Amino acid sequence: MARSLSAVFSPLVLASVVGGCVSAGAPLAWGEQGRLVATGGASSIEGGAGGGVIPWAVLAGYGEKGEWGGSAFATHVNLPDYTLDVVGAAASYANRIEFSYAHQRFDLGSLVSKLSLSEDNLTQDIFGVKVRLFGDLIYDQLPQVSAGLEYKHQNDFLIPSLVGARRDSDVEGYLTASRLFMGAAFGYNVVVNGGLRYSRANETGLLGFGGDRRDTRSVLKEGGAAVLFNPHWALGVDYREKPDNLSFAGESDWVDMFVGWFPNKHVSVVLAYAHLGEIATLDNQNGTYLSVQGSF
Amino acid sequence: MMRPVRWISALALALLVGCAQQPPKDDSLYQELGQRAGIQKIVEGMLLHIAKDDRIYKYFAKVDIVRVRDKLVEKFCVEAGGPCTYTGDTLVEAHKGLNISRSDFNALVENLIDAMDDQHIPVPAQNRLIARLAPQRGEVIEK
Repeated sequence: MARSLSAVFSPLVLASVVGGCVSAGAPLAWGEQGRLVATGGASSIEGGAGGGVIPWAVLAGYGEKGEWGGSAFATHVNLPDYTLDVVGAAASYANRIEFSYAHQRFDLGSLVSKLSLSEDNLTQDIFGVKVRLFGDLIYDQLPQVSAGLEYKHQNDFLIPSLVGARRDSDVEGYLTASRLFMGAAFGYNVVVNGGLRYSRANETGLLGFGGDRRDTRSVLKEGGAAVLFNPHWALGVDYREKPDNLSFAGESDWVDMFVGWFPNKHVSVVLAYAHLGEIATLDNQNGTYLSVQGSF
Repeated sequence: MMRPVRWISALALALLVGCAQQPPKDDSLYQELGQRAGIQKIVEGMLLHIAKDDRIYKYFAKVDIVRVRDKLVEKFCVEAGGPCTYTGDTLVEAHKGLNISRSDFNALVENLIDAMDDQHIPVPAQNRLIARLAPQRGEVIEK
């Protein structure tokens, strides 16, 4: 037994095994980025790396020190009276800074005929930057803490202005922390996220910014947790507090429960139940959320 | 005057005895990994995965691979609470001058997970071993 093993592990044999693989070439071949699978997160609806409806402190893609990472995604949220479609992309460098873009289109569905609206959808563009301040999701003593800024521009301001929104673009900031706790749930790893947002966006900005009831930014809590059944499957929940700036309708906090599948570092799929509550006078806007991401 | 002294010496003796008899070690992870034979299979599997890994095979191409295997088996055995002694160099010494990157470290973690998957080690046991090794990253990278 010992003899056969040392034969297997003799440097010569190893060298030949290794030699056979060298020809594969390009060290920057994609797929070889340095962070562990799923640590780039999914794509949040505002474009940055995160869960479903909130960003996490992790940065898009799988780049470590000296490497680029990136992601592109499409998300569809199907609600009883509305649909939300988002496409976007993000790039990060050195696991330090992330730039992101997202385009959101919110279809007003039954509300169009009910209120004889002039437009049947609202769109918004979101440009984001996120910086990892310190810490690491998995290693070292401190959790990964990141700060982000988002510039949002609502493109169809007529309806938001009629319901009391004050402006069609704004900047908001957030601070968020993420940490993986190894074996925390019956031996399975758990990722916990918590953050604060400083924003006056109505329905994340789709209904403009500020309103007749309140025109200043609020500090809003957001957070979530996910259990990793193995490095490729996650089950989790996201929560996002939202302000109440417009008097014409209430605005519910958002919750989603998701299953994430990360078969490798290039593809991930998130399926969720999104509990979005009241949106623009229509209650019980709870439905399905599907997001597909490509990344490196 | 004698009594307190005798009290103290009796206490000291009790403390000494207490220290000599260490509490039984938790070797449940060692058992879950399949004891020494299981750990050896994991280490060998990891090294075979590394041999096929463009990112980090270079660090292993010129080493005495049998020695590396033996020391890794000892290391993992100790970390798992098994009845082993680690006789290798310190982690810092072993990686000095190699300038192992964070990405390289993660590549090895991936190869270790693949090897444990090959051996059908349950995920919670995998997480326990990785949780023992992860805090030692600082002694391995960027040396």
